[in-house]
Amino acid sequence: MIRILALLLCLIAGVCLVAIVPAFAVEPAEMLDDPALEARAREIGRELRCLVCQNESIEDSNADLARDLRLVVRERLLAGDSDQQVLDYVATRYGDFVLLQPPVKPATWALWFGPASILLVGGAVAFFYARSRRAAPGILPLSDEEQRRLATLTGDGPREKSDP
Amino acid sequence: MIVELGHYALVLALLVALVQASVPLVGAARREPAWMGVAVPASLLLLALILVAFLALMRAYIVSDFSVANVADNSHVLKPLLYKIAGVWGNHEGSLVLWVLMLAVFGAAVALFGRNLPATLKARVLSVQAMIASGFLLFTLFASNPFARFDPAPAAGSDLNPLLQDPGLAFHPPLLYLGYVGFSMTFSFAVAALIEGRIDAAWARWVRPWTLAAWTALTAGIGLGSWWAYYELGWGGWWYWDPVENASFMPWLLGTALLHSALVAEKRDALKSWTVLLAILTFAMSLIGTFLVRSGILTSVHAFATDPTRGLFILLLLVIAIGGALALYAWRAPALSAGGVFRPVSREGALLLNNLLLVTAAATVFLGTFYPLFLDALGLGTVSVGPPYYIATFVPLMLPLLLAMGVGPLLAWKRGDLAGALSRLVIAGVCALIAGIAVWWWKSDGPFMAGIGIALAVWIAGATLVEFVGRIGLGRLAPRDTLMRLVRLPRGTFGMTLAHLGMAIAIVGMTGSSAWKEEHIAILEPGGSIAAGGYEYRLDAVTRVEGPNYWAYRAQISLLDGDEVVALMTPEKRFYRVQRMPTTEAAIRTTGLADLYAVLGDPNGEGGWTVRIYHEPLVPWIWGGLMIMVAGGLVSLTDRRLRVGAPSPVRRRVAGEAG
Amino acid sequence: MRRLLYILPLALFGVIAAYFVAGLDPERDPSAVPSALIDRPAPSFTLDPLDPAMPVLASDDLRGKIMLVNFFASWCLPCRAEHPLLQRLAQEQNLPIYGIVYKDEPDAIRRWLDDLGNPYAMVALDPDSRTAIDFGVYGVPETYVIDREGRIRFRFAGPLDPVTIETTLLPLLAELRE
Repeated sequence: MIRILALLLCLIAGVCLVAIVPAFAVEPAEMLDDPALEARAREIGRELRCLVCQNESIEDSNADLARDLRLVVRERLLAGDSDQQVLDYVATRYGDFVLLQPPVKPATWALWFGPASILLVGGAVAFFYARSRRAAPGILPLSDEEQRRLATLTGDGPREKSDP
Repeated sequence: MIVELGHYALVLALLVALVQASVPLVGAARREPAWMGVAVPASLLLLALILVAFLALMRAYIVSDFSVANVADNSHVLKPLLYKIAGVWGNHEGSLVLWVLMLAVFGAAVALFGRNLPATLKARVLSVQAMIASGFLLFTLFASNPFARFDPAPAAGSDLNPLLQDPGLAFHPPLLYLGYVGFSMTFSFAVAALIEGRIDAAWARWVRPWTLAAWTALTAGIGLGSWWAYYELGWGGWWYWDPVENASFMPWLLGTALLHSALVAEKRDALKSWTVLLAILTFAMSLIGTFLVRSGILTSVHAFATDPTRGLFILLLLVIAIGGALALYAWRAPALSAGGVFRPVSREGALLLNNLLLVTAAATVFLGTFYPLFLDALGLGTVSVGPPYYIATFVPLMLPLLLAMGVGPLLAWKRGDLAGALSRLVIAGVCALIAGIAVWWWKSDGPFMAGIGIALAVWIAGATLVEFVGRIGLGRLAPRDTLMRLVRLPRGTFGMTLAHLGMAIAIVGMTGSSAWKEEHIAILEPGGSIAAGGYEYRLDAVTRVEGPNYWAYRAQISLLDGDEVVALMTPEKRFYRVQRMPTTEAAIRTTGLADLYAVLGDPNGEGGWTVRIYHEPLVPWIWGGLMIMVAGGLVSLTDRRLRVGAPSPVRRRVAGEAG
Repeated sequence: MRRLLYILPLALFGVIAAYFVAGLDPERDPSAVPSALIDRPAPSFTLDPLDPAMPVLASDDLRGKIMLVNFFASWCLPCRAEHPLLQRLAQEQNLPIYGIVYKDEPDAIRRWLDDLGNPYAMVALDPDSRTAIDFGVYGVPETYVIDREGRIRFRFAGPLDPVTIETTLLPLLAELRE
């Protein structure tokens, strides 16, 4: 366990960690009075990464940095920023890495359009395969009589045609 | 002494594995029965030796032998016994021993229960399995030795991470590994078949029980892990799209595809080379997952001690195993005979669609998990991929899959009657539509997807029931005939019905909890209360209590329904002494339709306490649905047809004549 | 053509494996966050000084010289480790270093500086951490190199070490001084 901690500390180049322990996020004192704004703040918070944590949003972390950013989000909302403007505000300072939903830019095209492309390519391959299966003569399927003889031979007994 | 015995056993196991990996393989090529015959006893010996090593390590934990470095790093005298035992696999080195143990278990199982396998195939399968085992044993002995000693021994141990001291986490790794590693067996079958140069329907049938076993265990393992995260971490969330969670999800997605594609291979002799490829890829995902957790290339709350040199070793294993298998595939697969014919609209077609969507989904999760690494390696900057990405890409892929899941089982093999199937499903469709509209009307301020999720779940449940009812002829045949059909229904069919129903129930749970979860936070003084989900949570008192290796603040919260105290909830905030880590123990009360979730926070120094209440509708249905899916898998495993296998005396004689 | 399709999985795997190898590069730190403000103007700030007798520290006043901005705290052990290096930098390079306090009490900072020495041209307080957030600070210590035009040219997260100073910082300073 000591080794694990030492390695962690080395890995983040000595930057002081503030409690990685998952406990809670928003404290009552931070919450906004307006429930609609508070709900927006939480939504935005869920899209912002806690940079000193292992894979959590600022809503899910009790790190000091997460708290600071939650307060910043609420400040900006009170100042009238739109959701996107608040996200941009934080991303300008911390980079795209802080956004849990990666922005769509040329570097992330493969990420965002990848799934659809894979589906299309896979679909095309499947389509051509299915077509070849229809056209290819292949081995003639057994007739019902032959199916029954085979079943008797292999000791499987009579089966329903639509068994899985 | 016993520790040295364990170490020695592991070394012997490596030697046995090396023998098992080579001799039967050569024997199969030369058709030497004696050489092939080495495989079975070798597998059993391998299991025995690794079991000795595992038990030796476990004993060291139980008696708190801190001269063993692994025990000193991960255990403590005051730790409860269950966690001393579970601590064996709660760390990198010990979990590797569990990994090879599972490999050996599956090898021995095939050795013992694979009586109907042709000798050459069996020899090759066990050889390939032993190759994997050799690789991992080498890794364990040379880079992750669990039996290394400290001299002098420390007096007390460093204790196990408090988050891991939990029953859920005690059982999660063994089940997960059973699944992960179980897919090594389908991999071995696939590679053996490629070496043989022949894949037929019989092969698909032999592979099926192992695929089912691995899939069932993996489903249970992931479910358990998810449930643990839900009640232990204190957020009321059950899935975070964390890289290590994804690492277990990808093999599950591919394994599900494999299960279905093997069906086509068995029944219709089609999609065979695809099934082989899928088997290789599923295990590849298992290995990549192992790599991810232990190498430090991605940050995650789950990662073991990150060590790039270990990562390199695993990567080497990965490249040799998967690279080798894929190369073999590229070489041999084109020569495999083409299979049965079918029209696009047929059960084969539906299963092909199932595979397409599941594989795309797995690829999507893969893309999201590794994209930051790809960009970083190319020097194109750093991005972060979190839950919002997966929700935007994964969920849309599931929608057509769930739709198809209802229709597929009703289509016949080879040539399906879509119009006929849909006409039988009208009632399911109507129920689904009504359910969706009801949700939209009743929870009009909730998210739009909630209605779709519920509608799809009802669709699947309805369609599955329609299929089941049709199969036993309920209402159509005389009651006695229906009963006969029910009793004689193949277990595999019953398993499918259960699994699909379980999926529907789980989807209801997932939709409900994601869409309608409520979170309420307040600072309460004793007597104060929070209202949530129709209940009132009143903080009565907070006291300090002592545990075996921790102390804690324990709150007593009265759950009020109206004026009546329905229950007492006791969330805790624990402080573990040795590791100096606080953890929260949430108090959860299940009503069957929802979970009532209370968490105790920090004191504000003035007598007030932060209390967090989550109202989680339908969450219990997630666990229930998953359990039913696991039950379906288990029921399918007991299908008589799997045990009997394909050949019977008549066939064997025929095969012998054919040479 | 069909043959090609069968080789595809192997080829794809090769590409992915290559990325994994790159990922294992020990130089790589998956949790490191690169600064988003490199080559951009440093955020403007007006902060109270630690020493009440000193004037307010305003970023506008700092235009026209090359300087270091260092975020630190007394509770931060790595800050203690890099402290002697900062002192050497300040003396040998004749480089103004402005220290900004991150989440700490003024008294604790004063004691710390009395103990270890004060390499800073001036120390300013950032009580609500807004300036830290404007800089994109996510931990301490962090050091920023700012050029004559007021742009951030380099950010180092973590304690400075002799190697980084030799290989990256000093050459950069020499370049900026031209």
